[in-house]
Amino acid sequence: MTEHVIVRRGAYYDSVTLMLVSRAAAAEAGAKAVAVGMATPLNLELLAGQGFTVDADLGPNDLVIAIRAADPDQVVAAVDRELSAKATTTPRAETPAARSLSSAARRHPELSLAFLSIPGDHVAHEAAAALAVGMHVFCFSDGVSLEVEAALKRTAVERGLLFMGADCGTAIIDGVALGFANAVRRGPVGIVGASGTGIQEVCCLLDSAGVGVSHAIGVGGRDLSAEVGGLMMRRGLELLARDDDTQAIVAISKPPDPQVAQAIEQAADETAKSVVLGFELTLEQAATRAAELVGGVLPAPGEELNKPPRPGDVRGLFAGGTLCSEAERIVGRGRFVDFGDDEYTQGRAHPMIDPSLRLEHLAAAARDPAVEVLLLDVVLGYGAHPDPATELAAAIDGLDQHVIVALCGAADDPQDLTKQRETLERAGAVVTRSNAHAARLAKEASGG
Amino acid sequence: VAELLGRPLAVANAGVDLFADQLERQSVRVERVEWRPPEPGTEEALARLAPEAEAIARANDEAVARIEDAQPMLAGVGTARDLLAGMSARTILHAGPPIDWADMCGPLRGAVIGAAVHEGLAEHHEDAARKAASGAFEFGPCHERGAVGPMAGVVSASMPMVVVENPVHGNRAFCTFNEGLGKVLRYGANDDEVLARLAWIRDVLADVFARALARLGGPIDLRAITAQALQMGDEGHNRNRAGTSLLLRTLLPALIELEGPAADTAAVARFIAGNDHFYLNLAMPASKVCADAAAGIDRSSIVVAMARNGTEFGIRLSGTGDRWFTGPSGTIDGLYLPGFGPEDANPDIGDSTITETVGLGGFAMAAAPAIVRVVGGGPEDALDATRAMYDISWGESRSYQIPPLGFRGTPVGIDCREVVQTRVLPFVNTGIAHREPGVGQVGAGLVEPPMEAFVKAVRALAGS
Repeated sequence: MTEHVIVRRGAYYDSVTLMLVSRAAAAEAGAKAVAVGMATPLNLELLAGQGFTVDADLGPNDLVIAIRAADPDQVVAAVDRELSAKATTTPRAETPAARSLSSAARRHPELSLAFLSIPGDHVAHEAAAALAVGMHVFCFSDGVSLEVEAALKRTAVERGLLFMGADCGTAIIDGVALGFANAVRRGPVGIVGASGTGIQEVCCLLDSAGVGVSHAIGVGGRDLSAEVGGLMMRRGLELLARDDDTQAIVAISKPPDPQVAQAIEQAADETAKSVVLGFELTLEQAATRAAELVGGVLPAPGEELNKPPRPGDVRGLFAGGTLCSEAERIVGRGRFVDFGDDEYTQGRAHPMIDPSLRLEHLAAAARDPAVEVLLLDVVLGYGAHPDPATELAAAIDGLDQHVIVALCGAADDPQDLTKQRETLERAGAVVTRSNAHAARLAKEASGG
Repeated sequence: VAELLGRPLAVANAGVDLFADQLERQSVRVERVEWRPPEPGTEEALARLAPEAEAIARANDEAVARIEDAQPMLAGVGTARDLLAGMSARTILHAGPPIDWADMCGPLRGAVIGAAVHEGLAEHHEDAARKAASGAFEFGPCHERGAVGPMAGVVSASMPMVVVENPVHGNRAFCTFNEGLGKVLRYGANDDEVLARLAWIRDVLADVFARALARLGGPIDLRAITAQALQMGDEGHNRNRAGTSLLLRTLLPALIELEGPAADTAAVARFIAGNDHFYLNLAMPASKVCADAAAGIDRSSIVVAMARNGTEFGIRLSGTGDRWFTGPSGTIDGLYLPGFGPEDANPDIGDSTITETVGLGGFAMAAAPAIVRVVGGGPEDALDATRAMYDISWGESRSYQIPPLGFRGTPVGIDCREVVQTRVLPFVNTGIAHREPGVGQVGAGLVEPPMEAFVKAVRALAGS
């Protein structure tokens, strides 16, 4: 048992606070006696009564911490923790909301992730503020300069944080869907991807095979550029490698910078877990291999054309960027438009939320006599339009052309995967589960 | 830093509400940030400061720690000429940022004239005005000499000043004695009654006060008094009734034991007892000594001075040295004494916003329901005023607590970046001076500092 008397001259606290502090510190293990009080004559008398000796020249503005305990330092630490603990009140409904991330973090130190969907010009400041207070960032905002993104990611690496984005569409963290994400089951495959719809497609394909996802970490489409250097993909690989719930890892990206790709490959090699690098694979192939690694089997796509091929143009109208470029690569010709590109989302919502712009282009393409095949994607999940099939069905119903739809969704998605498929099929579309397969069918439909 | 995976998520959502809704549907804890674009013209500066966020955070932590760790101790009484650097016989200091005679408002001119006559620098009022206009006096801000002054804040060489010491950081701050309400120099009044009181303060009050302090045997901890006053309904700027009472209570035994003419001691006791704002002139240097301790920290975006000269409102940042960033002094939205109205009001004036700078005044409004009607609302508005200030403040006070907010510390350390980002201006409650010199206080109310000053400060910090 050790006795410890600490005096802090001029450190004023009110008596109620100190009584609360004393009570809390006295609950510390091994504490026999704890008295924390201002050196008022009354308190000095009480301290003497407890057998503590204190200097005679103390006054009522001096703080005395008197402790008898097995480990006084531990109790002092408890006292300091209590003294510096911020008072919390139950927030009332009418409490004005915080107006900045730093302010929100000050109010609620437990906040762990900042979800940004503010205009891109303002991301630098808010994201930096979030990182500075130790929050991870999910940056849905686009319009962030590559330079700013690279700088924010360097800061994140220094601080051991994740910066997902910019223009990050999706993530699944411990089963929580962030942004556009599907309600897939939890399981052993971890995904890190520089592509929102790429992640969604792999998630949904795995889900259809009964294989679940531990976490899916989006890192933004430019993470594997030379400027950013794959900082967050590497960090994501590290996190998934350390994560107990993850057995195998899939890394996907639009075609990366060759040097960065090499660095990622090296990082993947150094990882103790099996990593599928999907840079040169279709999403279907990446999902197939990942499923195999955890003992699952992705069913072979069985959808077929519902009418004979008709030589002509293919028009690809996509909401997902990676789905669009993958389809374009597989079909090998025709015109493909990604309506999720910055160019089409200036001042309007993403086509997964607001289909109107794509529907206008669809109507125009349908009127074009040269176009024989219309290839589209429909992406379901949290954040997406509540019933995209019904709007699209109305636009394709009665068309002569082949309409092929890659339906990216999970059975538990709020839109009801089966109903979405049936609605589109009733309107005459061929609906596939795999985007690559939709593209193959489109190629076949247009004459091979 | 908390790991992201394998722990419960708690998300701050800034931007589209849809994403917050979606997270809440998944039973994730979401805090909705009411994000708005920053003040136009600051986007570039904020973006430029972003890569430095961590360095600024460290600097701001240091600044707030210094404000909080500073111990404002009322140590004694001296004379301006002895205490203030470069104080010549013809120096006249004023509140706020630097200003020339030509630009001075009515109350400030009135106070300058009064001080010139009081010092014997002019034979009479007209003479003083003429000399002031012809450059016979040297003007300068109190702030630049370690002093603060309420309202006009005029300080001349012979005026007695309280000395507040901060032994932790080794700096001092000074302030004149409060003259009471009504016709007083700080509101630009300068007639015989005002001058007679100034002489009495110099010759009697300062002496009695100094001797009583000496008799106490040690300095008075002003942070402790202010902390207690906040729990007794003061906010340390516009209401100082509890602070004044606590001070008088502290001095009382020493006053009673004081040698010398009992009539003088009684007059001093009566003067303090009859002047609810006596403590303001101690709360201000106490605030100043804390704010000054936080000045000069490289990269810090914390405001270390807010002050008005009746024409301009100026601020200084910890990280930008001695520079003032100014905008026009605002008009005060408040309550007026019978017979006066907004047309009589002088624009905002005085160094007393040093209290808001360290988490008192408007920032502690929630502590002072008694004066909440000045705010034009009920106690809930006072609570909301303080709550709003947490959005633009870097830290929270350890010692200044707000009972109705669960004894939460008052918001401390205004971050100029947050002011322009949130477009929430510091909440200042203040007295209203009549625009003509000599009339005095005509009301009290709220004033908004000019956003322009904060915009300039943020840009300067960003080096643009």
